[in-house]
Amino acid sequence: MDFSQITLSAALPEYILACLSLVLVLVAAFSPADEQNMKTVRSLSLLGYALAFGAIFFVPQGTHVIFNGLFAVGPLGYYMKGLVLIGAFFAAWLVSDGWGDGVDRPEYHVLIVLAVLGMMVMISANDLLSLYMGLELQSLPLYVVAAMRTGSLKSSEAGLKYFLLGALSSGLLLYGASLIYGYTGTTNISEIAASLSGGEVSAGITIGMVFLLSGLAFKISAAPFHMWTPDVYEGAPTPVTALFAIVPKVAAMGLLLNVSYVAFADISVQWSQIFIALSVASMIVGATGAIMQQNIKRMMAYSSIAHMGYALAGFAAASEAGFSSVIIYMTTYLFMGAGAFAIILNMRRDSVPVEKISDLTGMSSTHPLLAAGMMIIMFSMAGIPPLAGFFGKWYVFLAAVNAGLLPLAVIGVLTSVIGAFYYLRIIKLMYFEDAEAPLDKGLERNNRLVLLVSLGVITLFFMGISRVNEAAGFIALSAFG
Amino acid sequence: MSLGISAVLGVVNMLSSWPLLSVIIFLPLIGVLFLMLIRGDEQVVAANSRQVALWVSSFAFLLSLFLLWGFDPVATGYQFEEKAEWIAGSGITYHLGIDGISMPFILLSTFLTPLAILASWQAITHRVREYMIAFLVLEVMMVGMFASLDMLMFYLFFEGVLIPMFLIIGVWGGAERVYAAFKFFLFTLLGSVLMLVCMLYMYHVVGTTNIVALSGYDFLPAVQFWLFIGFFASFAVKVPMWPVHTWLPDAHVQAPTAGSMILAGVLLKMGGYGFLRFSLPMFPDASEYFAPFIFVLSVIAVIYTSLVALAQSDMKKLIAYSSVAHMGFVTIGIFSLNEQGIAGAMFQMISHGLVSAALFFCVGVVYDRLHTREIGAYGGVVDAMPRYASFFMFMMLASVGLPGTSGFVGEMLVLVGAWQASYWVAIFAATGLVLGACYMLWLYRRVVFGRAEKPEILELAPLNNREYVIFVPLTILVLWFGVYPSSLLDIMQGTVLDLLEISGAGTATQTALR
Repeated sequence: MDFSQITLSAALPEYILACLSLVLVLVAAFSPADEQNMKTVRSLSLLGYALAFGAIFFVPQGTHVIFNGLFAVGPLGYYMKGLVLIGAFFAAWLVSDGWGDGVDRPEYHVLIVLAVLGMMVMISANDLLSLYMGLELQSLPLYVVAAMRTGSLKSSEAGLKYFLLGALSSGLLLYGASLIYGYTGTTNISEIAASLSGGEVSAGITIGMVFLLSGLAFKISAAPFHMWTPDVYEGAPTPVTALFAIVPKVAAMGLLLNVSYVAFADISVQWSQIFIALSVASMIVGATGAIMQQNIKRMMAYSSIAHMGYALAGFAAASEAGFSSVIIYMTTYLFMGAGAFAIILNMRRDSVPVEKISDLTGMSSTHPLLAAGMMIIMFSMAGIPPLAGFFGKWYVFLAAVNAGLLPLAVIGVLTSVIGAFYYLRIIKLMYFEDAEAPLDKGLERNNRLVLLVSLGVITLFFMGISRVNEAAGFIALSAFG
Repeated sequence: MSLGISAVLGVVNMLSSWPLLSVIIFLPLIGVLFLMLIRGDEQVVAANSRQVALWVSSFAFLLSLFLLWGFDPVATGYQFEEKAEWIAGSGITYHLGIDGISMPFILLSTFLTPLAILASWQAITHRVREYMIAFLVLEVMMVGMFASLDMLMFYLFFEGVLIPMFLIIGVWGGAERVYAAFKFFLFTLLGSVLMLVCMLYMYHVVGTTNIVALSGYDFLPAVQFWLFIGFFASFAVKVPMWPVHTWLPDAHVQAPTAGSMILAGVLLKMGGYGFLRFSLPMFPDASEYFAPFIFVLSVIAVIYTSLVALAQSDMKKLIAYSSVAHMGFVTIGIFSLNEQGIAGAMFQMISHGLVSAALFFCVGVVYDRLHTREIGAYGGVVDAMPRYASFFMFMMLASVGLPGTSGFVGEMLVLVGAWQASYWVAIFAATGLVLGACYMLWLYRRVVFGRAEKPEILELAPLNNREYVIFVPLTILVLWFGVYPSSLLDIMQGTVLDLLEISGAGTATQTALR
């Protein structure tokens, strides 16, 4: 193994998280299992995310391939890792003291640190093996935390369902990877890309790619691989749902960008069709499925399916503009999701967390500021300008139109109108109706920070769009160059 | 004396170096900031919120008068232009500017907003602060939309209007407000997203969202056809044209008085403005192609909604249907594609903005007193409120199109323009005028005339000073534009002729007129 300077520095964020996870295991194991211990572990994990985030700015510029070609770092990886770390920081920060549900145990944070490490590995994976390794390192802790609410049947069901379907998807992915290895003779992503350039594409590679992408579509809960999402979102403890909603999706999108746009760059004609189908199905399922939901976590699950559908429109475009539009979309998605869950996690009545949509009724008179925040987030998710959500949609649909996929853009905007209905329903409950049983007053200090940051990003996104667009364009250029 | 003049000139010079349009657009946001900072118990907050909103919006109106002052009606192109980098390297810029079409609308918006805030002075008693924030945000969106010279900015403001208006209808509206707010939002959004796809396509083809550049771009006729349909979907809902007008009566009936004033006064004009700013100059061939189709829809709107208005028993609903009919004249005028028609449509929009706002306020005045909009509940109001009856009569006659009021000039010009395009359209549209007179006079007779038999009618309080302050400026303007229409026509004439030239419909005679 080569321990040159570049090897040591390029994976600095990963080293930090790996060391941190070891430290956390020791701290968690050798101190008494009380609240103080949990707080220590959480503070340490927060510190770790912050350090890893800071480390991104100290890694060497440009694209580097290290660990014998298993691991590649470049602008795309840095950006997506930055988003993942922000999301992970938010998710850990949102676990308020005394929430219960199993997430008050120190193990929770240890598991999340491991999952985040897995996400970082998979974003940077340059080989199907390291990809699978990262993916599983991400998935296994998440299966556990989904079932963390030990007394709850729903939580156990969520964990089991997530695990079974996750295992199935991993199987699909592995089968696809084996086919690709069989037909190209390599598992290295750069070499796969090289072997595909110019030559004939055999059916085996196409089939392998379809399996691989199906496995990944499961991770981002794109329809028709979305079945687990509503149940897992509902069953998992709410802080875990918040994590699911924001972090793994961003990481999996980063991975998907890498696999489709880099590994299979030369057969984009093939995969763009897959993404068109996934995108349309997700947009429709997400928009229509959410309408009848009574549980806000289930609604957010369908909402995230719809959002994945919009982001996948950027894949369907199979162009540089599409590539950068996905990055922009995921940036807006992260902050909208974090803001929404900062409020959902604060929904309590008589100190008991509640999660029915109708519990929000009349919130504008009991919690005027929270309701205003939720309203802004909902309008943003519905894609109403001038909020952040609109710009995400603008860029993905622009990419779709540029690629000549006008029908996809039309379906997309029409489903966004259907989707607007259920976002508006929340605003209606909060603003147009009077509260019968108001929620508890106050907002956790932790949630306040996340909410403020998210709202700031959402409302002022139109000022920063130029920078985000430039960054996304630069990343796309480096990936395509 | 000379000192005074030089001081005024000094102020004007100073303002000309200012980004005046940006200041007018974003000034209400400073008001929003103040509103959020107000502390105290509910009464104090409510009283202060009203004051802040009124002063800020009045100040914005005063500033917008400088636009009128500095506007050069003979100059071609855009004035008060501001351009700044927005999204680097993408052809999307922060670009503002006004011409003879947008300037009157900006003044209309800034003029009606303080009046609408005054109109809700006593009618709105709960969540006053939020209400005023919604109105100021609404003003930002309206003025921003009329001043935008960038398509993306236009869309941001155009859609952004939905947020405050949805809340105004939904929170402060009547019994069926939820249904009305959803219908308003989803109808408008559905139209707008189709326009969004067209905008994306245009941006893809031309590479910029600059409205000036897009107006000069020749789209292929087949492309124009589809782009026109996309934009039409959005603007037709906004105008609203038959058969997508059904959200309007619901929205108007449920909205609070001030919401109706702004909705009828400004929001409906966004559709007409959109036709003039986008459809005509960018898709001239398609506009010509679709003109007969739009004539048919408009004529149906004029006649059908007038008949529907006759059957209404709710005052606000009646005036809402009359708005659809009047906006039918506007679309006829725009797509007659000649100078008289377009100038008439513009004039009609401004006139209708003033008259319908005043009419909705007329309803609001008696609604505040009796809390019903049923026509049958009134009768003989003249006995208790003679001055109100005179204002109401004046506005009713202006709505009918009595010579000497602004309503006459607009409808007259539209009919002249329509006659040149097709005399059948003019004939059918003219029957709308007769029907309009029927339902408005009948409404007036049932509400105001007759003997006041019900005791509560006789006890109606006369108009108070606040209500005079709203009625008087509206009356003066309606009368002013009625007897001196050139004051408005001169401002827009140059732009209208330019528009006809760009859209290729400008014939030799029209150029000669200039």
